[in-house]
Amino acid sequence: MSSSFSAVLPTLVRRERASLTAKLLAPPIALVLTIALNLGLYIAMGRNPAAVIYAMLIEPFVSWASFSEVLLKTGPLLLIAQGLAIGFRTKIFNIGAEGQFILGAIFASAIPIWMPQATGQWIWPAMLLLGTLGGALWASLTAFWRVRLNANEILVSLMLSFVAAQLLNYLLLGPWKDPNGFNFPQSVMFQYDAMVPILFEGTRVNVSFVFALALSIAAWIFMQKSFAGYKLQVGGLAPRAASYAGFKESWAIWLSLIIGGAAAGLAGAAEVAGPLGQLQRSISTGYGYAAIIVAYLGGLNPIGIVISSIVMAALYIGGDNAMVSANLPIAAVRVFQGSLLLIYLIAMAFVRYRIVWRPTSARSTS
Amino acid sequence: MSAVEFILAGMLAAATPFLLAALGELVAERAGVLNLGVEGLMALGAAIAFIVVYHGGGHFLAFLAAGLGSALLSMIFAGIILGFNANQVAAGLALGIFGQGLSALVGKSYESLTITTLPKIAIPGLSDIPVIGGLFNQDIVVWISLVVTIAIWALFAYGKVGLVLRAVGENPKAAHAIGYPIIAIRFAAVAFGGMIAGFAGAYASTIYTPLWADGMIAGRGWIAIALVVFGTWLTGRIFLGACLFGAVSLMGLAAQATGFAVPSQLLACLPYLVTIIVLGIISADRRLLKLNGVASLGEPFER
Repeated sequence: MSSSFSAVLPTLVRRERASLTAKLLAPPIALVLTIALNLGLYIAMGRNPAAVIYAMLIEPFVSWASFSEVLLKTGPLLLIAQGLAIGFRTKIFNIGAEGQFILGAIFASAIPIWMPQATGQWIWPAMLLLGTLGGALWASLTAFWRVRLNANEILVSLMLSFVAAQLLNYLLLGPWKDPNGFNFPQSVMFQYDAMVPILFEGTRVNVSFVFALALSIAAWIFMQKSFAGYKLQVGGLAPRAASYAGFKESWAIWLSLIIGGAAAGLAGAAEVAGPLGQLQRSISTGYGYAAIIVAYLGGLNPIGIVISSIVMAALYIGGDNAMVSANLPIAAVRVFQGSLLLIYLIAMAFVRYRIVWRPTSARSTS
Repeated sequence: MSAVEFILAGMLAAATPFLLAALGELVAERAGVLNLGVEGLMALGAAIAFIVVYHGGGHFLAFLAAGLGSALLSMIFAGIILGFNANQVAAGLALGIFGQGLSALVGKSYESLTITTLPKIAIPGLSDIPVIGGLFNQDIVVWISLVVTIAIWALFAYGKVGLVLRAVGENPKAAHAIGYPIIAIRFAAVAFGGMIAGFAGAYASTIYTPLWADGMIAGRGWIAIALVVFGTWLTGRIFLGACLFGAVSLMGLAAQATGFAVPSQLLACLPYLVTIIVLGIISADRRLLKLNGVASLGEPFER
């Protein structure tokens, strides 16, 4: 440190190449710092830190039963985050996954609610298909507004999430309310054939986890291919790229929003056809927003997102545990999520930039 | 009281949270910073102000504490995007999630408690005019907000500070070359925006509806961001937009009072639907956005 006043100031200087090691280390370092920061907060709130650490960080992994619950939560987070990342990578910010998830759940629920007596193995696949369609349709509204009306997709997709939440309320308090449900805002319980198959005997992990992994692999392959395409263009092998660019941009907006919406819709459908077994008001515990954090924490990389979705799912389960055993308010999970992304963004700065202590005046000596 | 009178009387109060938050966002965006965390800033301000009033601190202290708290929170965002050149969209979303979580955490034990609001101050003579008289019978914060609106309008129209802010947002490289400290100016603009977003939240939780509940901001922070686009970055138009949203959010109540048979959820959706529709209409005119938009919005400043 220099002794003279403000002689040396830290300046960010962009690295020639971002180091891969730093890139890989940034998320775990951010996670550790976030845990430390939040533990400090819990201690300040008068909670027992050992109890919180055990409930949040260890309990989700101590048994197959509790880890299977982590995998159950990983499914929707991974599906939504992979879908969102496709857009984020090209700076198309669909942040309305929450609404697309809700529409997926609503569309899927239409079959068991309208046909409660129906039986057969076609029901759950049809529900997942319909849910995927519902999410894609909801997202396509945003795409239309962005492509045809030039409207900001962040605001439109988010506003549509608020609308979706009200639509869900309307259905559950009105036409789709269970007549024998003691006036609770929830639908009838779905029939057996409306339930997605369980993946591992004795757990609640269902086939949606396989879809999430499949989408991850597809996203990874797509990214490799599009990177090749990108290099081709930069290499000047695509002379008509310029005139093509306008068309390509709108195409990219439609595609990324529809894929993102479809993935979120599928996640919503699998939630009502899986662990919930009915349409209810609390179908999503903020998956659509948490998935944004998952996508960034995974470095917008399909493989990174697989890991970050497991971390986020464990955080959800750990937060639930801590609520019961350490009396931690559930809002603490949202504080953790928000601070995790904030700290991650700081950590990423050190990946892209190096800090240079630059003298501000000629007289300074350091 | 007819529905029209009801809406006219309540419009300005309903518009105030939108107006204050949008003016804060306007100042930040004029300097080139897109702050998507307004919802979280408002939520924290709302929680802090409610707690202060509940403990007998009074409304003045409540607004002061809320403004300070939200300004500090916005400085975390400013530090991350300006000090570390982080993506403004991601950092803004993170700020929003963090702020809403924090507000729920500090406000948890204050849910379903009640406090007293502020009395209304009528302008003698004007408030007795039939039909529109209600417009001139408002609480003190509405009147102050109108003064703030005029001050910000004057700042951008005639003030040197407004000119510097615009230069920093339009062409940071050139402004830097003349000698303006870009990072410091942007930091101050974000902190100012955070402060009045805190006021907006405080107004919502201690005056407009004197109660605190998790999620009570209900998208008003996001609509405020949309208002800046609707107003094409012009103070006067943002004021008109805020009035429109004040009126729209009262239409639900007015419709219910007149026995209009519409599902309450559709009425609750109205502000969001109007946002989507107006956003489409305004944005479709690309020339309009280009004319008044901020050139460097969302871009980090690198020397």
